Amino acid sequence: MTDVAARPVTTIYRKPRSETGLWSWITTVDHKRIGTMYGYAAFFFFLLGGIEALLLRVHLAQANSEFLTAGAYNSLFTMHGTTMIFLFVMPASAAFFNYLLPLQLGARDVAFPRLNALSWWVFFFGAIFLYSSFIFGTAFAPMTPDGVTGNIPINGGPGAFDFLASSPNGGWFGYQPHAGPFYSTGTAMDYWSMGLQILGLASLISSVNFIVTVFNMRAKGMRLLRMPVFAWMTTVVAFLMLFSLPIIAVALFMATFDRQFGSTFFQATNGGDPILWQHLFWLFGHPEVYILILPAMGIVSEVIPTFSRKPLFGYSAVVFAGAAIAFLGFGVWAHHMFASGISPVAQAAFGLATMTIAVPTGIKIFNWLGTIWLGKIKFTTPMLFSIGFVAMFVIGGLSGVTHAVVPSDWQQTDTYYIVAHFHYVLFGGAIFGLFSGLYYWYPKLRGRMMNERLGKLHFWLMLIGMNLTFAPMHWLGLQGMVRRTWKYPEEAGLQTWNQVETVGAFIIALSILVFMYNWWRSKTHGEPSGLDPWDARTIEWMTPNPTPEYNFAVPPVVESLDDFWRRKYAEDEEGRAVRRPEADQVIAELEEIGNNPPQPIHLPNPSYFPFLVGLGITIISYGIIYHTTAWGKALIVGGALLTMASFIGWGIEPLEDEPEDHTPEHLEPAEAL
Amino acid sequence: MAEAVHPEAHGHAEHESTGVDSRKLGMWLFLSSEFLFFGALITNYLLYSNRTGFNIYPREVYDIPFTSVSSFVLLMSSLTMVLAHNAVARDDQPQARTWLFATAALGSVFLAGQVFEFTEFIVHYDMKLTTNPVASAFYVLTGFHGLHVAIGVFMLLSLWGISRFKGRLSEEKGMNVEMVGLYWHFVDIIWIVIFTVVYLIDAARV
Repeated sequence: MTDVAARPVTTIYRKPRSETGLWSWITTVDHKRIGTMYGYAAFFFFLLGGIEALLLRVHLAQANSEFLTAGAYNSLFTMHGTTMIFLFVMPASAAFFNYLLPLQLGARDVAFPRLNALSWWVFFFGAIFLYSSFIFGTAFAPMTPDGVTGNIPINGGPGAFDFLASSPNGGWFGYQPHAGPFYSTGTAMDYWSMGLQILGLASLISSVNFIVTVFNMRAKGMRLLRMPVFAWMTTVVAFLMLFSLPIIAVALFMATFDRQFGSTFFQATNGGDPILWQHLFWLFGHPEVYILILPAMGIVSEVIPTFSRKPLFGYSAVVFAGAAIAFLGFGVWAHHMFASGISPVAQAAFGLATMTIAVPTGIKIFNWLGTIWLGKIKFTTPMLFSIGFVAMFVIGGLSGVTHAVVPSDWQQTDTYYIVAHFHYVLFGGAIFGLFSGLYYWYPKLRGRMMNERLGKLHFWLMLIGMNLTFAPMHWLGLQGMVRRTWKYPEEAGLQTWNQVETVGAFIIALSILVFMYNWWRSKTHGEPSGLDPWDARTIEWMTPNPTPEYNFAVPPVVESLDDFWRRKYAEDEEGRAVRRPEADQVIAELEEIGNNPPQPIHLPNPSYFPFLVGLGITIISYGIIYHTTAWGKALIVGGALLTMASFIGWGIEPLEDEPEDHTPEHLEPAEAL
Repeated sequence: MAEAVHPEAHGHAEHESTGVDSRKLGMWLFLSSEFLFFGALITNYLLYSNRTGFNIYPREVYDIPFTSVSSFVLLMSSLTMVLAHNAVARDDQPQARTWLFATAALGSVFLAGQVFEFTEFIVHYDMKLTTNPVASAFYVLTGFHGLHVAIGVFMLLSLWGISRFKGRLSEEKGMNVEMVGLYWHFVDIIWIVIFTVVYLIDAARV
């Protein structure tokens, strides 16, 4: 082995050395560890967003309810939406991307391990930044130049939980001028706009990383159209993020300039254009909904073939449909704005464009059905969640098509019908897909299986709970129940179904508790999974479970789509899969080699600069919010210095020229040489 | 140690690839995102610039000869950037340092010109960020471009410092010079668009 003391001192910083404990997690550049941290953080925010939703549901169970103050209600629905989108579904998808993409491509890691750590730490600090508004934020009653006051008192008034009202309260879409400096006074919406800016930066960095990984890191023989569908959807989502995030960055900068530095982009009283905000926001916001759903579609496209024991029906059609959805997704944003007074020509054009999205989506649905058709179906928990995904997503997709019909959309705008629609596609869709993936790939994380009985209980409780919660919103919305409104009158006759919804929400909460217990218990009590618990198709299952730090001991060479399946199964004359006699031998060999690499493996150095850069950027953001004070200016300067110093350290820190060796324990140092 | 390791076990093993260096590909992808960033800002400016009724428009206060000179300075910095990259390719370290420093200096001159221009507009013409949306759009667009130039200057000076105090810009760092070069040329190209669309064409309407 190399003598540590003899290594030349190449950096003025002490290099991180820890392999366990807190410091190892702070300095790690391992894509699996980063993915795990993304996953736990996302789940933590899922719980917070869920608690916010439960408070809202308790409030709405009663007509003329005064359970929450109006201010707290505004903050809770804003933070529920913001949390679930930016702090749960996006990082949960990022967790899957991180953990699985290199494994599915047969790579050692992503293309830029330290940039990957940077995305995670920027996300982490951005999330803390956003949520610190509950402590540091302020929100006051609207103060308008023309003397008009808003009709909702912020802080005070009847109800409880008023302390929550100091967090962002302008809706997850931050419509202007409502979220601007005159109508949302205090710092709450500053935390929102700067927080989203930081989170967007994290996603932008990871999108570059994933695209380069896909283009340059695939195992030998893995042509683009041999990649697993999940890897394809990762690529598509990365491109969506790459091209939509700069738009929201501009919009958020404009909003921040309006709020902080007195520009008047969106303030109609000073000649600004509030509709411009809506265009910019939804030009990002609509691709964003595909950023949320396509990862789940990728997961489902892996799970359904595995448990139908058939190849995915129309693989290339599914891949191209995903790309088509992404492409069309950039041309339909104004269907969120049919009620904002855009021209009839624009309404017709965007309505038509929106309907065309149903075509590639339909292709995907029929391909999944075609895969299940005549398959030898195994109703495992991941399969149930995937089938649940398809069913619920179809309901949400159909109500989505009704929004494309402009006059119909005018009726539905800002009612609970819309809330029903996007919860069917995002809860019934994205979240079911993510849970499907969690159950399916749990063995890769722990080397054990999750409990199937508890998993099925989780599934059925969640399916029933979600339909009880969100189905009544369709007819409540059509009866005229309005979104984002603190109270509804008793004589409107909306209370009964609202109470049903609240019961449903608590059933969902119960199902999550079942899941958490299962997750925690399976870590120690789950059945050992072995290498191939599901008789899987794709090559991420060719490494032992839990995944070794170095992924593949020997880089795989790929010869076909579903290469692991090909190694286990042949086809008879009628095209049926026949297990090869040597299949068990193949698995045993993979297990043996995977745990005992024949050669020492170089892994990238850990680094604490990504952590420091993320910290520096967040300190700058705090400084911008308080830039009028002296200590705010000090934060900007201090944060900028920390960021620049960290980048310089990053630049001169060697990544490759003195690599850490991962020497397997069974190899004596002499043998390794 | 390193020589004893079989390349197969490295992660440098043969794999499917575009053949483009990963760092370069990553920079190109990042720049493609940046094009949309500036595209949105330029669109934003054009939108407000076409609205009537504001008390003052940037096109009424442009000093085209002055900005032409500073644009020329920025364009010349692309030339020195190419020379720096060429010097690294020849492993001529002193030359590389000279041209890197020259590029940073020309970028700084451009930035100084922008500071002067902003001061002129604010002091002489009373056109501030807060005056009206078209003024806001102008300052935010050109300000963000200036920020990109400043970040570029920071990266150039970092490269210069690495070469000066840590020996030499190695093969691996040579790739870094190429990446900073890509970024720098991008910043230049964006300026050509801004100078043409936001300055020249807009000023011709007065």
